[in-house]
Amino acid sequence: MIVPLGEAVRELVHDGDTVALEGFTHLIPVAAGHEIIRQGLRDLTLVRMTPDIVYDQLIGAGCASRLVFSWGGNPGVGSLHRFRDAVTASWPVPLEIEEHSHAGMANRYVAGASGLPFAILRGYSGTDLATHNPDIKTITCPFSGQELAAVSALNPDVTIVHAQRADRGGNVQLWGITGIQKEAVLAADRALVTVEEVVDELEPVPGQVVLPSRVVDRISVAPGGAAPSYAHGYYERDNEAYRAWDAIGRDREAFSAWLRGLTGADAPIAPTSAGRNL
Amino acid sequence: MTGTPWTSDEIMTVTAARSLRDRMSCFVGIGLPSTAANVARRTHAPGLWMIYESGTLGTVPDHLPLSIGDGILAETADTVVSVPEVFNYWLQAGRIDVGFLGAAQIDRYANINTTVIGDYTAPKVRLPGAGGAPEIAASCREVSVIMRHGRRAFVERVDFVTSVGHGSGPGDRERLGLRGAGPVRVITDLGVLEPDPVTRELVLTAVHPGVEVDTVREATGWDLKVAEGLTVTPEPSDTELSVLRSLTGAL
Repeated sequence: MIVPLGEAVRELVHDGDTVALEGFTHLIPVAAGHEIIRQGLRDLTLVRMTPDIVYDQLIGAGCASRLVFSWGGNPGVGSLHRFRDAVTASWPVPLEIEEHSHAGMANRYVAGASGLPFAILRGYSGTDLATHNPDIKTITCPFSGQELAAVSALNPDVTIVHAQRADRGGNVQLWGITGIQKEAVLAADRALVTVEEVVDELEPVPGQVVLPSRVVDRISVAPGGAAPSYAHGYYERDNEAYRAWDAIGRDREAFSAWLRGLTGADAPIAPTSAGRNL
Repeated sequence: MTGTPWTSDEIMTVTAARSLRDRMSCFVGIGLPSTAANVARRTHAPGLWMIYESGTLGTVPDHLPLSIGDGILAETADTVVSVPEVFNYWLQAGRIDVGFLGAAQIDRYANINTTVIGDYTAPKVRLPGAGGAPEIAASCREVSVIMRHGRRAFVERVDFVTSVGHGSGPGDRERLGLRGAGPVRVITDLGVLEPDPVTRELVLTAVHPGVEVDTVREATGWDLKVAEGLTVTPEPSDTELSVLRSLTGAL
């Protein structure tokens, strides 16, 4: 149950999988994302409400062929340039996108976690999101006749989240901004949780979410594994690192150097003929 | 009372802050909206109930967060709820008075684009996307938009409707089943635009001190009409400026 991160990723994540790494600004599973890059996984459908710099890195490293998301940016700083480069110039590989609003994505996870085929919400009406995404439809309420939006359930092959701690039996505890992690784990076929630490006893914390061990497949200890995002009660968000990413992400060569630093090797994918420096 | 020199960004933020009333519930976007809401809370609206989409309800940060989910928001909130809860139980259920949004592009009818510049399938510029904005624009009782003026941002028709303002004119919000009033003001570094009560088209209702109407018209990508009774925004007070500068670190 509790295994090293490299082993957990090898066991649970495979080329071509639909993988959700969730954590809404807080507790982003960055260490797990970096392990996916190191293992050179390919052709992933990456799912995340708020792709931020770890998704920029996964996309720039060529791990993804498709991105399902609702807001892709560097919060408070600006754009994700590897994401932009993949969408507008197919570098290093083409990236298909499927895009929603936050409310739509949140409800898709709720449906997935609830064993329902779709979710309903008041949303999308009149927007071009509905025009470009065949997974957004309208449905008539059988009771009131109101027109509402319907979105398909989201059921990742594997969901990865980061939490503050787990006990030795594999029960997971997280608190602070708890985002969409519970729903994302319950919606998935397999779940990997990285934690700051493993403890004998999970002492209750106000506002906590506990994921019972029966819905978690593997736990890996990854202290600092959410940085440069943060782990409430352990360390703060490294806002400087988010600002610094802008210059690295903006430039293919700077990014490639960053990637070599992470993997200890040349970038696994050479720029395609479609690629050109921006 | 005043006399301290101020910038166009500062009067924009202060004007936006003044549009908030005490005890309102306010769904806050990051960046300029967050700065303005925090100025309001520290001046005339100490009871402003700020919500960020990370699920932090009634948060009272002692400094400006960089993201919508900084730790300071959770630490100081009345309660922290999950993302489905903030969108379903709070926003969708109609519990929020005002949504405070930024935008990359806005059009004559206050429709908002934060998705792409150019064609969706072959964009010139890929922007971050929707986030919480479509449902904030749909479901808050009213919406304020804060953005800098310019012809590339203020366009006849947005390239992509991420969030609906007033659609293509009168009656559209009702037809689309959108329950909030939509954008009731757009606050820029040059002045304030509001939808005409009849046509729903954005018209110029106020200019900041020293700004000529022609300057605003030139910075707008459609034939901007000027409301009868155009006003001039009151200058920022020393208090407003010192609060704003203490938040942004521009002291």
